[in-house]
Amino acid sequence: MMKRLVQFSPLALFLILAVFLWRGLSLNPRELASVKIGQAVPDFIVPTFQQGMRFSSAELKGQVSVINVWASWCQACLEEQPFLLTLKHIPLYGLNYKDNKREAKAWLKEWGNPYVKVLTDREGALAINLGVYGAPETFLIDKRGIIRYRHVGVLTEAVWNQEFVPLIVKYEHQ
Amino acid sequence: MIPEWGMLSLVIALIFSGLLAILPSRFLKNKPEFANHLVNCYALGQFVFIGLSFSILAYCFLVDDFTVRYVMANSSLSLPWFYKLCAVWGGHEGSILLWLMILSFWTGAVALFSRSLTPSLKVKVMAILALISIGFSLFILLTSNPFWRQFEVLNVEGQSLNPLLQDIGFLFHPPMLYMGYVGFSVAFAFAMAALWEGKLTTTFTAWVRPWVLASWCCLTLGITLGSWWAYRELGWGGWWFWDPVENASFMPWLVGTALIHSLMMTQREHVFKAWTILLSIMAFSLSLIGTFLVRSGVLTSVHAFAVSPLRGLYILVFLSIVIGGALVLFALRAEKLMSQAKLYWFSKEAALMLNNVFLVVLTFTVLLGTLYPLIIDGLGLGKLSVGAPYFNSVFVPIMLPFLAIMGVGVGLKWSKTTVIVWYQNFKWLILASLVLPVAILMINQIQLVVLPLAALSLSFWVILTSIKACRLKHWGMMSAHLGMAVTVIGVCLSSYYGIELDMRLKPHESALLGNYNITFEGAEALKGPNYTGTQAIFKIDSGKDVHVIYPEKRIYTVGMVPMTDAAIDVTPFRDIYIALGEPLDEGAWGVRLYYKPFIRWIWAGGLLMFLGGLYAMIKRRPR
Repeated sequence: MMKRLVQFSPLALFLILAVFLWRGLSLNPRELASVKIGQAVPDFIVPTFQQGMRFSSAELKGQVSVINVWASWCQACLEEQPFLLTLKHIPLYGLNYKDNKREAKAWLKEWGNPYVKVLTDREGALAINLGVYGAPETFLIDKRGIIRYRHVGVLTEAVWNQEFVPLIVKYEHQ
Repeated sequence: MIPEWGMLSLVIALIFSGLLAILPSRFLKNKPEFANHLVNCYALGQFVFIGLSFSILAYCFLVDDFTVRYVMANSSLSLPWFYKLCAVWGGHEGSILLWLMILSFWTGAVALFSRSLTPSLKVKVMAILALISIGFSLFILLTSNPFWRQFEVLNVEGQSLNPLLQDIGFLFHPPMLYMGYVGFSVAFAFAMAALWEGKLTTTFTAWVRPWVLASWCCLTLGITLGSWWAYRELGWGGWWFWDPVENASFMPWLVGTALIHSLMMTQREHVFKAWTILLSIMAFSLSLIGTFLVRSGVLTSVHAFAVSPLRGLYILVFLSIVIGGALVLFALRAEKLMSQAKLYWFSKEAALMLNNVFLVVLTFTVLLGTLYPLIIDGLGLGKLSVGAPYFNSVFVPIMLPFLAIMGVGVGLKWSKTTVIVWYQNFKWLILASLVLPVAILMINQIQLVVLPLAALSLSFWVILTSIKACRLKHWGMMSAHLGMAVTVIGVCLSSYYGIELDMRLKPHESALLGNYNITFEGAEALKGPNYTGTQAIFKIDSGKDVHVIYPEKRIYTVGMVPMTDAAIDVTPFRDIYIALGEPLDEGAWGVRLYYKPFIRWIWAGGLLMFLGGLYAMIKRRPR
């Protein structure tokens, strides 16, 4: 009996593992705070949706701003979009993540564009440097271009008032 | 039409795999010779058509056929031709096709080089390999077809290969790694066939050894190249990051190492048969799980819908069938292979058994660390990430006794060694490995710290015992063990005595890095084939001589991706690594200066291990 048990133990171990892997497929892990918090935004120059215009990380300096990672394929991004439209007092940059430009533009046209500028990141290279795990994610950048907060998942009014507003007030007056 | 031929030949290859899996076993009883002949034909057919399919994809890259979506997404007109070839496996679809091609290569090689096997065993081994091949062919055809086309005329130059991947290291790194991963399929097929037959003969274990060594060698080289590539290209001066992708290649390597050692025991002493079989299953299973982790997006990119969820599900189902099936078979049949063995505690067998225990524990530590975020998340306990601190704090304490046993085991005899005799033989080596590191550090006026000193002593212990064992003429083992010690020395010295400085330098300003005076001479504009950027000039003055190096900051024209190309001044005993950060005002730059003693030894050790494995593979074992 004991011997049987030993022989079946690898199988049992694997089955447990497989269950977790299967759960992992359907999970939406909202990752931990980015390791990048408190660090400067990595320097970058990316094309924007305006024909021929580029955006560099240097332009983030001088004011508190928000970068929102989104994509037209991302269902959750659509959920937070109405709230983003109400944000008026702060520059909101959209980072179009691993997306098709045509579809993204159509998306903005259909649902409305909450962003001052939309930066493109086709390959997700900039997103990797920011520590992005998926869309939507939202970063708060202070006047000196340092990442101060990161929210993974849908940005709601509650999250905004609780987490973002106090930080914005704090860093506005710095 | 050409891309369609690629897909067609993939379908033909799939038919060959199907035939290989089913037909030869039908003739086994009556016409074993004919069955053998069939196996060879089908294996060849499978290899030729998968190879053809892969070549066609490579051709599409070379002629910039942007009607093929995969080419458009991973290549661009301005890419040099050899990077276009690299780009073939730069994305998901192509890398799976590479996987499949390597599998068919191994299958073909097994067909050619297994005369020592009886037809019945060979047919079984090949059927298992063919089943795996069917699984992967279907995976490509159903979920990740690289020949998918679009016929809209787009005025584009392609989205290009990720600049990070445009490096010579990447040319060889994935194929090598895959050769290793997939090579374990042979050991897996061997294990399945042995369970199927219900017995494990000495010829069979002798037959599987070179195959295991071959894939272990490829994996060793692949991991070494990958680590070297990370060091050169990622611009952080690190060489190992414990990220899931790296761990995915490291786990099969650990189990493969255990397998090599347990095979030795099974072959010589006819013990641990079931254990060897289990290790063979584990090595390939971990390769498959690694593929799943990397390809399903479960760990790397979170939102599962960013990648096609179908792919992840397919691999998981495939995984469950292959691994689950193998383990069920193991649970039912292993009893036949189990034998009672008595071990004397101070013998080579005991040392080898401990080696296996340690390696498997290490594997599970890495597996746990890799999957922990997933498990915690799956139980609804929250989100967390496991980083280098976990791995370092768990890995180091296991490594130290492991090295000690490694040195002791080499000097032990089979079945029984007398402790007193052993001590008489080795007492001077014990003393030397305790005294030498202290002496060397003192002479060079380096601060003594306990942990690196312990690691150094144990490395010296491994080196000295390996050298003492040279009369056994096991050159392969010697080289691999020396390599292990050399790598440990490199890891330990570079992490404990390295210096890292982040600073701002204006032109003609200097900084002091250890004993080196480093001067920033200035920066100038740069223009390459597919990038523009800045090149800086740094002078390194060691007091004795002066070197000049040129770190770069590149911006790739396609996608406008900025990239740091660090410059490194290399000697066998230290690297000076300079990376440009961002430009600041007044011509000043943010600069990273690293002093890394003995870092080259990490990869030199990997190379030694590889050579050791290669020698052991080629050399004929005396029976």
